[in-house]
Amino acid sequence: MKFRYQPAGDQSILVEVSRQDDEETNAKIRSLSKLVEEEQVSGFGETILGYRTLLVTYDPLQLTFAEAVRKLKSLEREMKEVELPKTRVIEIPIVYGGENGPDLEAVAEHNQLTPQEVITIHSSPEYLVYFLGFTPGFPFLGGMSEKLATPRLSNPRVSIPGGSVGIAEGQTGIYPVKSPGGWRLIGRTPLALYDPGKANPFLLEAGDYVKFKPIRQREFESIVHEVETGEYEPVISVKGGNGHF
Amino acid sequence: MAIFEVIHPGIFTTIQDLGRKGYQKYGLAVSGAADHYACRMANLLVANPDKSAVLEVTLFGLKLKARTPAVIAITGGDLTPTVNEKPVPMWTSINVSEGDVIHLKGTRSGCRAYLAAAGGIDVPIFLGSRSTDTVGKVGGIEGRSLKKGDVLNIGTPSADARSGRRLSTSLIPEYPKEVDVRVILGPQADAFTSKGMETFLSSDYKVSTKLDRMACRLEGLEVEHVDSADIASEGNFLGAVQIPKNGLPIVFNVGRRSVGGYTKIAGVITVDLPKLAQVKPGDTVRFHQVELSDAHRWLREQERTFKILQSALRGG
Repeated sequence: MKFRYQPAGDQSILVEVSRQDDEETNAKIRSLSKLVEEEQVSGFGETILGYRTLLVTYDPLQLTFAEAVRKLKSLEREMKEVELPKTRVIEIPIVYGGENGPDLEAVAEHNQLTPQEVITIHSSPEYLVYFLGFTPGFPFLGGMSEKLATPRLSNPRVSIPGGSVGIAEGQTGIYPVKSPGGWRLIGRTPLALYDPGKANPFLLEAGDYVKFKPIRQREFESIVHEVETGEYEPVISVKGGNGHF
Repeated sequence: MAIFEVIHPGIFTTIQDLGRKGYQKYGLAVSGAADHYACRMANLLVANPDKSAVLEVTLFGLKLKARTPAVIAITGGDLTPTVNEKPVPMWTSINVSEGDVIHLKGTRSGCRAYLAAAGGIDVPIFLGSRSTDTVGKVGGIEGRSLKKGDVLNIGTPSADARSGRRLSTSLIPEYPKEVDVRVILGPQADAFTSKGMETFLSSDYKVSTKLDRMACRLEGLEVEHVDSADIASEGNFLGAVQIPKNGLPIVFNVGRRSVGGYTKIAGVITVDLPKLAQVKPGDTVRFHQVELSDAHRWLREQERTFKILQSALRGG
């Protein structure tokens, strides 16, 4: 499909890249975002990635809407040339169940599985980070098995600890910081997805894949300690090939 | 260097500038002053650069003690400012002396006042901005609102800073209890029935008590969707008017989340955003459709005014 360009208020353009949320659409959105930011076209500001769209802010004192759309269309033509960075796979250690994942059994029961089967199914795929948003560092992950789909809690929790990993309908996600929420919690990672004390506060980027690695409580404690002292190095590998589409 | 001490923080006072740009794609809000116009005018009156940090004071209660002399200006909502219990003019640069107590007693009009000090409030810059983000817990002082006992250091004033600068009355906004704001329709205008669109553009909406820097939530007639209120999550923009399933508009401000999954019927134009930053619970909001080219023309006119005032400042 041809991209669709629409005004979003008087300082942004919403570029609809596709009507589907899939990995190819995501690669196109990341390419366009990279072009807008790297070409440093004067008058363009920041970009926000969505499932099917890229929101591009612009300065109306420098560009009219028509001029901004013209520039975006010329970038659209250059997109095939964009080399996306090599795809990273980031290992997310996670303790499943117990006090760290109080809803593990409910998720198992809802899907007629054992808790161990939930753990095996949840920790098998590499999940694509479509984009980050909602709260700082919160990844929108794609690729969870339909076998684990479970409705949200009817009564959301007032406070969920940072690092909690949950399921909401067909999605899985990680809460970077303590917040309220209605996702079914199945486990918790000791990693900090958002750490404002670091030069780069964000562990993940759009286009990364995450792979959950089951660990035991004792290992959880020792990683928490390493994260706190700054000794922890995340385990990152490169996915086969590059992200060129 | 000037120093202020917080005697009483008020209900919600934060350090803000024009925002932290470029990190929304990581989920970090832009933050910054909710009312850019009043914030920029406050800085201008004390001869600060546009991006200097100021205090954003909500509704009432802030009490500061000057530990040194300083030049300040208070703009935005009229929160009844006094110095040593004597009323002081707003939209005017004034001198305060060592030991003076600045008090913003409570709102007579508007919701947020801006207090600029010549030299700007000096807190560390995080990712390009001093703005406080209480969700991301960054900027300002430890990413939080002010508390009693906080000490505010002020930077070095410009050579042009002096008291007695007064903004022309024609440039001082009023903050009535009923506001008319202009919008550009879209990006999901086609998710609404024609009846829904008519409701949106012809109804009086009341500002709910759930009002914060993230959004202004409205109550009134429900705006009818064609079928669904849900969309695939996408970037959220300043001034976006979102209508979730309950049909009631939510207008997003500087503290908004970076993405959202509900239909947006329209976007409030930039020059009208300050009006929404100054409404209070119970006030009335009405929406009017305008053309994008007009919105851009009004913005250019406003920028021209800022340019003229900035050059007048340097001229004396």
